[in-house]
Formats: sequence, structure tokens, C-alpha cells
Amino acid sequence: MRLVTHNMMSSNIKGVANGFPLLIEAAQVVEKEVDFNADFLKNIFARIEWKALVEASKTMGYSELLDNVESSMLDSEEFLRKFHHALLEIHLEEGALVCPETGRKFPITKGIPNMLLHEDECTVFVLTGHDLYHSCGTPGVLKALSIAVY
Amino acid sequence: MASRPELQAPPEIFYNDDEARKYTSSSRIMDIQAKLSERAVELLALPDDDVPRLLLDIGCGSGLSGETLTENGHHWVGLDISPSMLDIAVEREVEGDLLLADMGQGLGFRPGVIDGAISISAVQWLCNADKSSHEPRMRLRAFFGSLYRCLARGARAVLQVYPENLAQRELILGFAMRAGFSGGVVVDYPHSTKMRKEYLVLTCGSPSLSSVTPNGKGEDGESCSDEDDSGDEENQSVSVSDRNRPRKKHKLNKKVKGRDWVLRKKEQMRRKGNAVPLDTKYTARKRKARF
Repeated sequence: MRLVTHNMMSSNIKGVANGFPLLIEAAQVVEKEVDFNADFLKNIFARIEWKALVEASKTMGYSELLDNVESSMLDSEEFLRKFHHALLEIHLEEGALVCPETGRKFPITKGIPNMLLHEDECTVFVLTGHDLYHSCGTPGVLKALSIAVY
Repeated sequence: MASRPELQAPPEIFYNDDEARKYTSSSRIMDIQAKLSERAVELLALPDDDVPRLLLDIGCGSGLSGETLTENGHHWVGLDISPSMLDIAVEREVEGDLLLADMGQGLGFRPGVIDGAISISAVQWLCNADKSSHEPRMRLRAFFGSLYRCLARGARAVLQVYPENLAQRELILGFAMRAGFSGGVVVDYPHSTKMRKEYLVLTCGSPSLSSVTPNGKGEDGESCSDEDDSGDEENQSVSVSDRNRPRKKHKLNKKVKGRDWVLRKKEQMRRKGNAVPLDTKYTARKRKARF
């Protein structure tokens, strides 16, 4: 998993208000070369949470990123190269992601984080009568369903 | 017709090691998947400026659809519920990042960070309740709600689906609309049973000019395969030899019980000693239409 993905992910466990950023426990990190594309970096820069990226890259053993950045720095080739490397070339191969609020661990094997939640961690939506009505059409079915749900 | 995989087992069980390998080694499936994802990318209508985008592939499986995204130069994040399929994806060294996740539990992404999403033959799985805790409507709501949140304003999601029936299509579309999406269904080759493919083209945000649903392929009589049109032409050139054939011939073929039958029955009843009306010219005669 690359840090661009990590920077976009947040924990969606029930009741967690701010599941970002997920903490990284790195056991194995690999680097893979990716083609450099300045347009992509400029495009995505606004959506990156910089602080989280710096923290994450440090835990992965890459500490070349500056703590404070401005959008004007996007013109510097040197900065873009570092940004590119941190964002796309460092892969977290083995380890875990940890939810910052609940401490729940999501293990990573072969670079794939297991984000499956247990049943009691899923957000439960209360289905309204409106939902039920529109999903099944006829009032007869609606009646039967509302008995089953409520 | 082959049974739908949705009816056989939950996705993480159905796509086990064997099935995942079979799926990915079949050149026919690979071809279909590539075509579907190519069309999905077309429907995404990303700005034509050669800037790579960050896309989401929901139900990426072994990464067949993701490869199309890579070919188009985009970065992508794929998620799937089947570990076996993801293992194959790792083996095939796909470029995108993979997540083992259940779309019915909602997508764990920050708001507004994704440029677009595609999904090939996956969303209809949400309509099944595979565990006692599963409630399809709740899962659809969680999925579309979280998808809407994580997409940037004006971004599109193109979901290719195989709904089992009309009710299922309306269920899926209904929850998409209630999550806030605008858009609709694009049907390619609506007249062909085999080639018919449905795409939900959803736009994040209010309907505008840019969110006009594109037309499906093969809608206005465009030929969809070679076999189909050859048959049509032959039918058109059939000559009619007898122009004066009886107009309502088919009615004579019907098993209408005629006058003879009625008379026979009346005779039978008389022999039994029942009171039977006399036979007249009106017996078993057809009523006038204006009666």
C-alpha cells in the first residue's frame, strides 16, 4: 500500500468521529519505482493532508519531507521528486494500520490491508419508512416489512 | 442459462482460490472485463487533459478492470471482499493499491478526495443478504452514502451492474438517488440479450449540463453483432404468394364447439329426459358484435 492511499483512508468504525490519520506500524517496507508525473502531483497536492503524509513517511523511514509547505513550492523540481517518492514509491508491505480513536488494528499482509469490520463495528443506519416504501413499492409488502424491522 | 454467481454463495466464498484462478485465466472473461472497463472509463468522462487521476475500483477482483485504468494512465485504489481474488491481483503485479474491504460496510475514505469511481459487475452483490446481520437496504445505503462522501464534487461514478430483475435495478438506483447522486442508467445494446450491459452513471452533486446521462450504444438500431442483422434482412425479403388468404384463418383453427356439437349434446340431454329447447335457426348461432 502506498502513502497516497493511506492519506485518503480513514477509519469507518461505528462511533469514530475522526478516523484520520490511521497510524502505521511498519514491519516491512519496499520501494518500487513509478513514473514521475508532475501534473498528477500538482493536481493532488490540494487534497493531501500534509502533516499526515510527513508523519507517515517518517514511520516508514523516509524523513526528507519538510514539515511546512506552500503551494508555491510545487514549481521546484527537487520538492516534487521528494513528494513523488514519498507518495507513490514507498510501499508498506507488512505491518498494520491502527485506528487513532479505538486502537483497532487492521493487519497488512502482502501489501493488502484487511479493512473488513466485525459486525458490531459497522455503522447502523436506521431505515426510515420512506426507505422501506421506496425500496419495495407496494404498501402490502411495506406493512410486512415494517413488522419485521421495528 | 447459467445460474447467477450471486445465488450460489457469498462473494468471499464463491471466489475462492479455484474460482479466482479460473476467472483470471479465462481469456473470454478477460476480454469482456476489459471491454466493460474501457466503456466505464469512457462514461466517466474525465477531462481530456492527460493528467492522471486518483480513481476507485470497487470490486476490483484480480485487477482486470484496474489494468484498463493503468493503461489510461490513472492511479487507482481497488477494493474487494475476496482475499483469493486479491492474491491473484498481487501475483499479476497490478499497479494500483489493493484493500480487502466490504463495500456494504461503507468505504473508509476522507471526504472529497477521489476523482472518480468505477465498478464492474459488483454492486448487485449488495442486494443479497448472506449473513443474518446483512440487511441489503442498509448495506446499499452505507455504500452509496460513503461513495458520495468520498467523491469530489462533480466527480462521476460508473457502476456496471447485472440486476436480477426490475425491482433490484430500482432498489439500487433508488438508494443512489437518495444518497444525493444525480444521473441514471445507460443501457448498451438494449435489444440484445447477450450483449446488453447496464451502467449506472452517477454524478456527485446537483444535476447540471455536465451530468446529462450519455446515450447507450446500439440503441437506435445500430447493429450489435454480425449474426443479428443477417437474420433481419432475410425476414424482410420474404415474398407473399397468396394475397387473398382468409383473413381470420387462425380463428378456424381454434377448438370452437360448433353447431354440430351443440345439436349432439342437446340430443343426448333429450334422451336423458331433460327439458331441452327446440332446435331452431338460432341454435348455436354467434351473437352479433354489438350485442
